[in-house]
Amino acid sequence: MTMTAGRRRRARLSEVVAKAVLGAMALAVIGTALFALGYIVYNGIGAINWEFLTEVPKNRGREGGIYPVIVGTFYLVVGTAAITLPIGVLAGVHLSEYAPRSVATRSIRLAITNMAGVPSIVYGLFGLAAFVLLANFGRSLIAAALTLTCMTLPVVITATEEALRQIPQDLRQASAALGATKLRTIRKVVLPAAAPGIVTGSILGLARAAGETAPILFTGAVFQMRSVPDSPLSQFMALPYHIYAQVTSVPDWNRTLVWGTALVLVAGVSAVSVVAGVWRSRVRRRIKW
Amino acid sequence: MVTALQLTDDRTTAVGTSGLPFTDFTDRADECAEDRAEVNAGEARGSFTLTDVSVAYGREVVIEGVDMYIPPRAVTALIGPSGCGKSTLLRCLNRMNDELGNVRVGGTITLDGQPIMGKTMDPVELRMRVGQVFQRPNPFPMSIYDNVAYGPRTQGIRRRDELDSLVEESLRGAALWEEVKKSLKKHAFELSGGQQQRLCIARALATKPEVVLMDEPASALDPISTQQIEDTVAVLKQSVTIVIVTHNMQQAARISDNTAFMLRESLESPAHLIEMGDTKRMFTHPEDSRTESYITGRFG
Repeated sequence: MTMTAGRRRRARLSEVVAKAVLGAMALAVIGTALFALGYIVYNGIGAINWEFLTEVPKNRGREGGIYPVIVGTFYLVVGTAAITLPIGVLAGVHLSEYAPRSVATRSIRLAITNMAGVPSIVYGLFGLAAFVLLANFGRSLIAAALTLTCMTLPVVITATEEALRQIPQDLRQASAALGATKLRTIRKVVLPAAAPGIVTGSILGLARAAGETAPILFTGAVFQMRSVPDSPLSQFMALPYHIYAQVTSVPDWNRTLVWGTALVLVAGVSAVSVVAGVWRSRVRRRIKW
Repeated sequence: MVTALQLTDDRTTAVGTSGLPFTDFTDRADECAEDRAEVNAGEARGSFTLTDVSVAYGREVVIEGVDMYIPPRAVTALIGPSGCGKSTLLRCLNRMNDELGNVRVGGTITLDGQPIMGKTMDPVELRMRVGQVFQRPNPFPMSIYDNVAYGPRTQGIRRRDELDSLVEESLRGAALWEEVKKSLKKHAFELSGGQQQRLCIARALATKPEVVLMDEPASALDPISTQQIEDTVAVLKQSVTIVIVTHNMQQAARISDNTAFMLRESLESPAHLIEMGDTKRMFTHPEDSRTESYITGRFG
């Protein structure tokens, strides 16, 4: 069928307009992200030096470094990962490979999705009630890590389930046809193949946990410590909470040092994402279903 | 257990050089006769007997009343139009239908006289005796070596030298050894499609099966790779039984000794086995007019 000249012109015009609008939107998103990142670097880079990274805060954080703050966040994230990953990955495997297709399974999946949407301050309150008070951990690393686990689990479970779903049914059948049991198929074939997806999703979830203030506000983060935490029951300092506390409760807070703290947080999270991304693309390059 | 693979080097070389797609039938028939002589003389294993086999997906009966004898150490081709239940019937032979959930198989199937459908047969053991090659090459995302060693490791074989020799033997059986012997650690996905499919054949051979089931193993491959697979099959049938599902009638004519024609005449009725017999006879003097119509390309 041939188009009239007018229709063709209109079609061409809408193509041009669509391209412009879509391009502008993409630019707006990227621009905002770059601006935020650039602004943090611009303001914070001046604070970064050896002393800042290795000394304890002095004069209520107006001087000195943020060493215990960095270590606190590191412990917190490692602790959260140690609890979240096994539970989340196993739950994801169950949902994807074992759970029957029933109303119950669908309800559980829906509940998990909804858990991901609960505001983080609600998790903070829940953590205070459940882990600090009821379980009697007190305000501590372990209570905060458990609270962050509740928040991160849905992300890890969903990422695992999604990654497992990407693995072609063909591979599971090939394994079964060789006499492998379901468990062996999952351990030897399905999980290794899904690992890149699981790791990516989990890192996104953990990165978000690393930057959260509200869930640790009531469950263990403190304003000042002389040294790093020495047990899971210790209180701790953490990067996001340090920023929050400086800005809200220290008169004449040191802008450079606070921006520097933000820069350390962003850089740490980005570094982990980049490492995971490089690893993933190396594994993925060979995998084309 | 019968050693599934005892291929000498000269046989492997022969694979690469044997005939064009349309090998004439007389040669093949002679080969068959020889094979049968061997079978009768020796301890050949890997024959199936199907009696009144039916298959239902939920309430829908899709295959009904199949009686069939699949002789050992020969190639049996299942042909018929799409949706006639060829692949479903094939999956009965290693109980892969069990994996699908709502499939019920009726009647009896015996492998060398032993019923395979009851509780007395462990599907895991059955699948080591009856290997399968799928339509699309589906190597595991791991090295060539680990792909082939997967089955033996599942059986609990851990000794390195034992695995090494199984891997070599299986890759030779699938006519892939010469191409990959220097790069066994390479990732399987770096192989071409045809090589991947031969890797899948090697993987199936590594558990020393008596039977290998092939579900349109060449339908996703180019003509040269298809040729290599067919040559491999021609050599393999000297040591294992092969049951192959194919859409391609020329392929069935080229590589099989026996052919079974299945047909589902309407969507409301289940598929039946229309005719089965010596391939040469089936393709030259089919007994049933429906077989003749299908073979001459009038439908399907």
